[in-house]
Amino acid sequence: MIRVALAGNPNVGKSVIFNSLTGGRQKVGNWPGKTVEKREGFFEVDGEEVLVVDLPGTYSLTAYSVEELIARNYILEEQPDVVVVVVDASNLERNLYLVLQVIELGARVVLALNKMDLAEASNIRIDVKELESLLGVPVVPTVAPRGLGLDELRRKIIEVARAKKQATRLAYAEDFERALSLIMEHLREIAPLKRFNARWLAIKLLEGDNEVVRMVSAVPEGKEVLRHVKVVRRELEERHGDLELALISERYRVIKRIVERVVSGEKRLEASDALDQALLDKYLGLPVFVSLLWVMFQFTFIVSAPFSDMLGDFFAILSERLRGVTGVSYLDYVLFGEYGVLNGIGTVLSFLPIIAALYFVLSLFEDFGYMARAAFLMDRVMRKLGLAGQAIIPMILGFGCNIAGVYGARIIPSEEDRVTAIVTNPLMLCSARLTAFTVIVAAFWGAAGGSVLLSLYLLGVTLAFLVALALRVFILRKSAPSPLVMELPPYQLPSLKVAITQMCVRASLFFRKAGTIILLGLLVIGLLATTDSSTFSFTLDVERSVLASLGRSLQPVFAPLGWDWRLVVAVIFGFIAKEIVIGATSMLYGVAEDELPSLLSQYYDPVTMYSYMVFVLVYTPCIATLAAIRHETQSWKWTAFTIAYEVALAYVLSLLVLALGRALFGGSV
Amino acid sequence: MRRRLYELGFTEGASVQVVKSGGPGPVVVVVRGSRLALGWGVAMKVLVEVVE
Repeated sequence: MIRVALAGNPNVGKSVIFNSLTGGRQKVGNWPGKTVEKREGFFEVDGEEVLVVDLPGTYSLTAYSVEELIARNYILEEQPDVVVVVVDASNLERNLYLVLQVIELGARVVLALNKMDLAEASNIRIDVKELESLLGVPVVPTVAPRGLGLDELRRKIIEVARAKKQATRLAYAEDFERALSLIMEHLREIAPLKRFNARWLAIKLLEGDNEVVRMVSAVPEGKEVLRHVKVVRRELEERHGDLELALISERYRVIKRIVERVVSGEKRLEASDALDQALLDKYLGLPVFVSLLWVMFQFTFIVSAPFSDMLGDFFAILSERLRGVTGVSYLDYVLFGEYGVLNGIGTVLSFLPIIAALYFVLSLFEDFGYMARAAFLMDRVMRKLGLAGQAIIPMILGFGCNIAGVYGARIIPSEEDRVTAIVTNPLMLCSARLTAFTVIVAAFWGAAGGSVLLSLYLLGVTLAFLVALALRVFILRKSAPSPLVMELPPYQLPSLKVAITQMCVRASLFFRKAGTIILLGLLVIGLLATTDSSTFSFTLDVERSVLASLGRSLQPVFAPLGWDWRLVVAVIFGFIAKEIVIGATSMLYGVAEDELPSLLSQYYDPVTMYSYMVFVLVYTPCIATLAAIRHETQSWKWTAFTIAYEVALAYVLSLLVLALGRALFGGSV
Repeated sequence: MRRRLYELGFTEGASVQVVKSGGPGPVVVVVRGSRLALGWGVAMKVLVEVVE
């Protein structure tokens, strides 16, 4: 089997190339012990099986960021047969920086010169043959969304993998080269370091790379080598200052020479620049952003709604038809009951269209280049409120689903900013809570329901900013979020194919990762609700169930909020998944879901219900979101912190809302 | 931060074109053919010399 790693800057279309190379044959996981997603896939060329590993998108391969270290260690430790570096042809100069670093690592490289169409459109011509000979690696021009050049890319991968060697070296200025060969001389005798490329080790030692210095000092003769390195470094430092910066400049000098011989034509991005003048305008920018956000949401929910309903209904009807088939009451309930397996699958599936539509529209915006602009536009405001500008994107995602929001936070470079965005994301009113709230709002406020919902959205966002601010001041003790440094990719026509692929991959991920948890949650409720609390046998009388006694014993805690035990139970199980709240409530009152609104309005007044919704909005993320938080922060501490602050905040806040409501509207309205 | 800017192409002698500078607020610059958004604070610390 041939092993291939895919490297490249962010925004070069690397994942599109990955998808087109491997088709559906891929699996998604995490890099061991890391929070970064790992994607692997397979393809076959004349009987040869090829494994493709998608490395995180990076601009460089230093030891300073998790992503860069993952990419670098994979190439170094796993020594893939070929590293395909995907570069943006319309932006060759900056992209070649990573190419140089991969070549330095001693990897066998194939260059995929992607976005050739964009390069041509912006009036750039690239001499591919010349680039090949200057770099000493095969170069394949591609247009990934249209599949152009991919067969050629596959062929080159096999060719390079079979050739087993590729000697290419890009020479730096003479005094650097002298220093490098001196260090390499000292490294040559050291057996444990032989598996690494000697030139790369020498470069990293010259730079003073922490990881490599640690690695070398760990081997017996390493200390001796480091002493020599110190001498060499001191001499060079006198002439060049900081050697790490000097080597970066040196690489760019090499790149400049290549670019001058390979690229012709003055880059023109008039359309893109004109668009930026409008979309990033001081006055026009924000209104456009808000309207696009609105479009995004209308699309997500309106397009998905009929599919969601159809899927949910289908499984409900199927369950009802099959009920009684087994003859054993417990088994029958587990399989076909209201919260049985079959209905649970229906529930999970009914969320799929929303997730799919959301990712479809997000992919279009991302592909178009607008996501980076959104971060740009929001940077000043978000920064004042204690969040990085990029945090707007996970927040938007959070409105669809907090799980997506939490995972989306990985685009924020600084770890503290990322944690802040993750921990506050559950305050975004997600689509699961929306389903629950819609039912309540329709019953209590009718036509004014829209504004009530809006007030809840705004409350969530406001709280997110306040919590972020508090976190920064009291816990992280950080003066300000990391400054913005971000690439703005040129605008391009978004690809439908890319959006569809993205949609399918993400929807199936949701189904696999969140699906089981929701299913289990429903089963637990179902079983607790059908088990008699005194005899522990099957019962259809909810009042006698284990669940009811649990709710009754906790009810005094929530009495100040005006709830009976049924609402308490519903909230406990909302922890498993927020959308269960309504289903659970209707089961506890022993009515069908569509009769619930009128029933609730008999028992509760609008003020109590509003305060109840505030509680449900804030009190804790669902289990699936908590799993995501744990994943992304790699810390139980932050996960526990999220639950703790949210429960406390929810209780205090709903009490406040209740008191305020009573003061304004009296006892009952 | 200095290392990061260097790696994105802000090396000594590189030419920088300002596309948008409606500050305070982030600015957009072109360096080595790619568009970068820089926070106002960072942008203020990039030493430049006016050419052309």
